[in-house]
Amino acid sequence: MIKIKTTDRYNITTLRSFMTNILSLLAALVVISTIFLIAGVNPIYAITEIFSGSFGSFYGFKETITKAIPLILIATGLTLAFRANFWNIGAEGQMLMGAIFATWTGLTFGEALPSYIIIPLIFLSGFIGGALWGIIPAILKIKYAINEVISTLMLNYICAEFLTLLIVGPWKGKTRFGFPGTDNLPDSAILGLIPGSRIHYATLILALICAIVLCVVIYKTRFGYEARVVGENPDAGKYAGINFLKTGLILMAISGGLAGFAGVGEVAGIHHYLGYPASISSGYGFTAIIVAWLAKLNPLYTVVSGIFFAGILVGGDAIQISLGLPAATVEIVNGTLLIFLIMGDYFLNHKITLQFSNK
Amino acid sequence: MEDIIVLTLHRAMVAGTPLLLATTGEVICERSGILNLGVEGVMAMGAVVAFIVTMTTGQPWLGVLAATATGIAFSSIHAFASVTLQANQVVSGLALTMLGLGLSGMLGKPYVGKPLSIKMEDWSIPWLSDIPWLGKILFTQGPFFYLAIVLAFAAWFFLERTRLGIQIRSTGENPKAAETQGVNVFRLRYLSVLIGGGFSALAGAHLSISYSKSWIEGMTAGRGWIAIALTIFALWNPGRAIWAAFLFGGFFVVQYLLQPLGISPSFLAMLPYIATLFILLLISLKDPRKLNAPAMLAEPYKRGER
Repeated sequence: MIKIKTTDRYNITTLRSFMTNILSLLAALVVISTIFLIAGVNPIYAITEIFSGSFGSFYGFKETITKAIPLILIATGLTLAFRANFWNIGAEGQMLMGAIFATWTGLTFGEALPSYIIIPLIFLSGFIGGALWGIIPAILKIKYAINEVISTLMLNYICAEFLTLLIVGPWKGKTRFGFPGTDNLPDSAILGLIPGSRIHYATLILALICAIVLCVVIYKTRFGYEARVVGENPDAGKYAGINFLKTGLILMAISGGLAGFAGVGEVAGIHHYLGYPASISSGYGFTAIIVAWLAKLNPLYTVVSGIFFAGILVGGDAIQISLGLPAATVEIVNGTLLIFLIMGDYFLNHKITLQFSNK
Repeated sequence: MEDIIVLTLHRAMVAGTPLLLATTGEVICERSGILNLGVEGVMAMGAVVAFIVTMTTGQPWLGVLAATATGIAFSSIHAFASVTLQANQVVSGLALTMLGLGLSGMLGKPYVGKPLSIKMEDWSIPWLSDIPWLGKILFTQGPFFYLAIVLAFAAWFFLERTRLGIQIRSTGENPKAAETQGVNVFRLRYLSVLIGGGFSALAGAHLSISYSKSWIEGMTAGRGWIAIALTIFALWNPGRAIWAAFLFGGFFVVQYLLQPLGISPSFLAMLPYIATLFILLLISLKDPRKLNAPAMLAEPYKRGER
């Protein structure tokens, strides 16, 4: 008789962690291939197409980097929130709120101010917008015991409808000929691009800085330590006198604020005006959750996993056109990857041995 | 005026039906200690499978059956990840939602925009449907409505009055103690997740073959998430879920009622979500202890740990 025995593994090396991730991704790839096969699509062709579409050409790679910017920013903020066991599913709404605040600042003050003043200002307003939208669920959770998963999700819907309300109503632009959307931001408030691409470099640099800074915050500061204690052992946190409200507010302000930065980048770098929620964000807030998870909640690794998932988004667009697959295909790929990543964690944290006995 | 009120309430019941089905399922699931955030995805899978089977066979009940089976099978992914592998339930549930929305979009692509010609007739309950006002509102509904109510009562009886139900609750409150009493925590948690999945898929079936009689990608439109909020709102009690679900059905219907008055449709679309937050806040302000979830909700259980 064969018995499966599992024991906890305590010394987890970076290499083992990395290899587990790779194996999980490969296992997910097998399942995704099967789904493609059932859908009547040659899986090898489809998967090659995804990655050649995103990393195989110079044009594709530039698009991948463009889409990686919001993913890195949001995922970086999520690593902090998730470590504190704060399940912020509301990055989508926080990003939109950032976009709304930034648009207001840009349209109101943009004409009168030079770039070097207005651009920091719109980033600041975006951060404030996202942070405010992130603080609400923190207060609801800590003061009123309302589950943050529910509140952040509800706030996503509320923000999306609020944005729509603005662009079809009071903020509708005179230059839009009756179509929903604000006027374009003045030139001074528009972010510069790397020539020949849509990469708004200011946001890209900001994203990289945020990832580094947050890494230091989480591992090297007292606040980061407190956030981790709140997540891993809240009882110990209480005894140690950690102020849960303060820690919760700060970490959700950061998490929401970084999502707000992402919203600024999309408005001021890509679209130049505030349009429908679905055009501002194609589900970045949700994809970033997987990005953060693949990065093992380490802000630095979100840079790599952000680029990887941006590649899947870009490649997903490519195969929609070339293979006639529905837009939902990307979600299948993402969902499957995420399931296998969390399953892989089990094998990372447990040692599994087969015991053979005669009994 | 009377007609409008009766019609509005009648529609509120219809809109509340999928919410009630999904909430009842999630209540059972969460009572066992497993948080399933995959409701939205399972619902979408139920909707698409029910639609495809009904369309190809012409048998709506076969569609309902297929959807339920799909829901059970599909939610077993979450059961395996969260019970056997002790994975993070928030992330696993989210993954299930992504996968469900994606797969349903792919499966349903050839069926987008095709109307369903088969109709599920409303059931007029003899005698009761003759009661003025109430008769029209409550007793001339489609079969899903009655099914949802019966299942909610059955779930309440099951959880509160049967041995198995009490054991399921004990796995959510104190799995260690339950295990020493000879309860198989793993098996009961699996069972609860699968039942919950079946209920969510039923909710989806109602949407596609009875409510809108068509399939479009993303037609669940956040109802799965509202069901998760309603589970809290109902304080994990299927009996309370009944009126909670129909109250929220009302919020959906009021949107269409107020639109002609010139109120922004975006503002009205916010209502169900604002109401969810507002009501949770009210419960918490009145008596925070009431929001006490099953003690071990979303906590993985390790066998043999002392």
